[in-house]
Amino acid sequence: MNSHANHHKHDLMHSSPRCRPKIPSYLKQLEAESISIFREAVAEADKPVMLCSAGKDSSVLLHLARKAFFPDLPPLPLLHIDTRWDFREIYLFRDVLAQSSGMELLIHTNPEAVANDINPFDHGSALHTDITKTKGLKQALNKHHFDVIFGGARRDEETSRSKERIFSLRSRTHRWDPQQQRPEPWNLFHARKQPGESFRIFPLSNWTELDIWQYIYHEEIPVVSLYFAERRRVVVRDGVILCVNDDRFRLLPGEEMVEKNIRFRSLGCYPLTGAMESTAADVPGIIMELTTIRNSERQGRTIDSDEMASMEKKKRKGYF
Amino acid sequence: MTHPSRNQAGAVNTRTRGDSTDRPGTMEGFLERQFLQEQLCLIICGHSGVGKSTLIGRLFWESGQIDDDQMAALHAATKKYRHQAQKPDLALYLDGLVDEREQGTTIDITYKFLSTHKRRLMVIDAPGQEQYTRNMVTGASMADLAILLVDAQAGLLPQTQRHALLCSTMGIRHLALLVNKMDLIAFDAQIFHHIKSTFETFAAPLGFESIIAVPISTTNGVNITERSPLTSWYPGPTLMGYLETVEIKQRPSHPMVFPVQWVNSGHQGEKGYSGTVAQGTLTTGDEIRVTASGQTASVAAIITMDGTLASARAGDAITLHLDREIEVSRGDVISLSQSPLEMTDQFEATLLWMHQDEGMAGRGYDLKLANQWSSAAITNIKYRINVTTLAHEASKKLQLNDISVCNIATTKPIVFGRFDTVPVLGRFILVDRLTHATVAAGTIRHSLRRAQNVHKQALSIARPDRERLNGHRGRVIWFTGLSGSGKSTVANALEVELHGRGMRTYLLDGDNVRQGLNKDLGFTEADRVENIRRIAEVAKLMMDAGLIVMTAFISPFKRDREMAKELVGPDNFIEVYVSTSLEICEQRDVKGLYKLARAGKIPNMTGINSPYEAPDAPTYVADSGGASVDSIVQDLVNLVSRE
Repeated sequence: MNSHANHHKHDLMHSSPRCRPKIPSYLKQLEAESISIFREAVAEADKPVMLCSAGKDSSVLLHLARKAFFPDLPPLPLLHIDTRWDFREIYLFRDVLAQSSGMELLIHTNPEAVANDINPFDHGSALHTDITKTKGLKQALNKHHFDVIFGGARRDEETSRSKERIFSLRSRTHRWDPQQQRPEPWNLFHARKQPGESFRIFPLSNWTELDIWQYIYHEEIPVVSLYFAERRRVVVRDGVILCVNDDRFRLLPGEEMVEKNIRFRSLGCYPLTGAMESTAADVPGIIMELTTIRNSERQGRTIDSDEMASMEKKKRKGYF
Repeated sequence: MTHPSRNQAGAVNTRTRGDSTDRPGTMEGFLERQFLQEQLCLIICGHSGVGKSTLIGRLFWESGQIDDDQMAALHAATKKYRHQAQKPDLALYLDGLVDEREQGTTIDITYKFLSTHKRRLMVIDAPGQEQYTRNMVTGASMADLAILLVDAQAGLLPQTQRHALLCSTMGIRHLALLVNKMDLIAFDAQIFHHIKSTFETFAAPLGFESIIAVPISTTNGVNITERSPLTSWYPGPTLMGYLETVEIKQRPSHPMVFPVQWVNSGHQGEKGYSGTVAQGTLTTGDEIRVTASGQTASVAAIITMDGTLASARAGDAITLHLDREIEVSRGDVISLSQSPLEMTDQFEATLLWMHQDEGMAGRGYDLKLANQWSSAAITNIKYRINVTTLAHEASKKLQLNDISVCNIATTKPIVFGRFDTVPVLGRFILVDRLTHATVAAGTIRHSLRRAQNVHKQALSIARPDRERLNGHRGRVIWFTGLSGSGKSTVANALEVELHGRGMRTYLLDGDNVRQGLNKDLGFTEADRVENIRRIAEVAKLMMDAGLIVMTAFISPFKRDREMAKELVGPDNFIEVYVSTSLEICEQRDVKGLYKLARAGKIPNMTGINSPYEAPDAPTYVADSGGASVDSIVQDLVNLVSRE
């Protein structure tokens, strides 16, 4: 176990070899589109903020924000909605990310979740996610009066996200109404709105998972070590590989902890995030794995399958 | 390869999932392939039930790009929404919203991404029903080409023609007509050729550079990724073959256009101007011109986080450093100084109406073009285009999904171009001022101003120089109020006081404007708007000369005063509302006008038979019924000196 802990420390910021082949033109196009979205949305915003979950999309989003406003720092703070159930590695990486960005990091936890010790084990994934994530996010947005909120969601992730605009209007109660989306011809975005309404902005809308990893590869963007295969302590429950990330994990009767070579493709609260068995220990390994894999990115996210059209319902309530 | 069952639309069964045969086995192979990949964006359109979603589902399935868990989810969704179905319905791969799945119809556009060995395809599925046409506009605006499906049995429908017209209007220049459900007409070549030539005749005036027609069957997988012996008479490419080889449109290389999106303050206070080169090339050392001010400078450096660039091409997101300090802000458009851009405040445009609230001539909106915002009004609806005959029809209003040609006037000049030659400066949106909904997408056909080639000359002496000499800033003080409220009295007293203090002033009122500059104008609505516009323009010139300008006109309508405020600039504009009530004005009746109006001898008398819209938030309210003229003048003098 000791060697694991050390390995984590060293590998928290993944570093890659120096020499890089030239970046494909379509990745540069995607980059330029995202930079343009950042500049436009911040220019039209009263009080912008960027959500930061410290996952791979957050890493890329932050990198693009820095490019958009270079040599200035991005003129907006980072916001982490802390459910208290993220992976330990995420908390460490989040702080490293924020510190190296030079941007202000705001952290919000729903006090109701603390008071009632809301957790995935006692309350189930749906209630836990609603209280810690959706409600927590809405509280933080109301508290700071943010009107333009950047997130790393991509259209290729999930079916309801594939229907969403880049500038996505939210009501006073942060609800998404898929039947009332504003047209955005020729990427002529605008963020004019009624008092209390807000916009969720998705600069990575047109990126795929493979694009994200290629970009990470070409730009040498640091990502959290959880994406790389490593022997980790896990429990296999209903076919889902769950990582025993800390001693709050509860084993069911008859369950046994085992060690497996695993990695994660998408990260959420650790008891709700399934891992995959893998040997991909670096970025090229992940890219090669993705070109042959036959399951989609969010397959391990149990919150997506707690009911049919789960993501759309969560989004309508104000989830990202 | 065996063909899947044909007994159910969109269903697949026996065949295993398609597989890309060319998966690179090594990272080097992968990188090499990716480096050569080009991006192509396409929109799939056609009427409801023609098989768009099924086509895309099949395209992805045959390319091996529907993942196993997505397939399992499709099975589950089919069970839930298509009770009688035995096999997964591929259309459900696209229809992601609950409402869409329940109604079995596409409501909004869907974005999917497909990687072939040559191209990265962004595939946009458009809704087919007429009521959702407006949702297609967003997708069509981004597409390099359109895939238009028709039903081989039904032939061209009005919705087919509407979609072709809309794609053309949004600037798409390549179209593939897919004649679907060929299996239902026994793969009859004659019917196919008839549909093809009927469409080509219809589409001839729409300006497509290339149109191809492909006979397909989405249920049988005919000519999607593989050729079929069932259409041996068809010599052309499969859909996938076409998508991998069709030439992608290039952006115009001339003139260079760089709209400024963001001003970067930089580390050492060296300002940077951020944006994306819309077309053309910009090189370090080039002399550039800021279109609105006419000021020029040279490009000192092109900055990115990856280092400075020698030159930037169309599509590059960059930040410019200039060799000297000039005034540049967000919304400015930079050109090369030897190929300047044009400005206009009146143009003819094609408008696509996207809102249930109707558009009308005379109504005001906010207009956004590149990063420029301006107030704008539709001044004339010339005609609506009939979607099936393409004939021009008279029209008084703009209704949801209408495509019409209109004249538009902006309250301040904007940098513009024709949509077909400078796309980024030839397309705009109209935004409702109250709800802020985007109500229309427009493309500019041409300017209605003759002086198109007059480029603003930056002069050596500017307003700050004149203001320094005068010892005070130039200003416009705009008095508004009913006839007889005391506007002229107060304005006159204010001018006397300011003049006495050695300030340079001028008072514009009915006498010196109506008898000269505006003597050609009557009292129709259009003339009234033009009257205010000219007054505001003259006031602006005088302010630029460094004067404190007072205007004393009833100016009863908020919209007109807003126009004046925008022209002059909100920072320079002091709105004074002389709030004397109608009763008092009518009692005074200095000119005897109220008496005449009450007797029905003056139409459109403000307050009697024409409304007066009081300002919501004037800079100052002068209550000449309550306060003395002296105290009002004192307040105003303080206001002017403080600012």
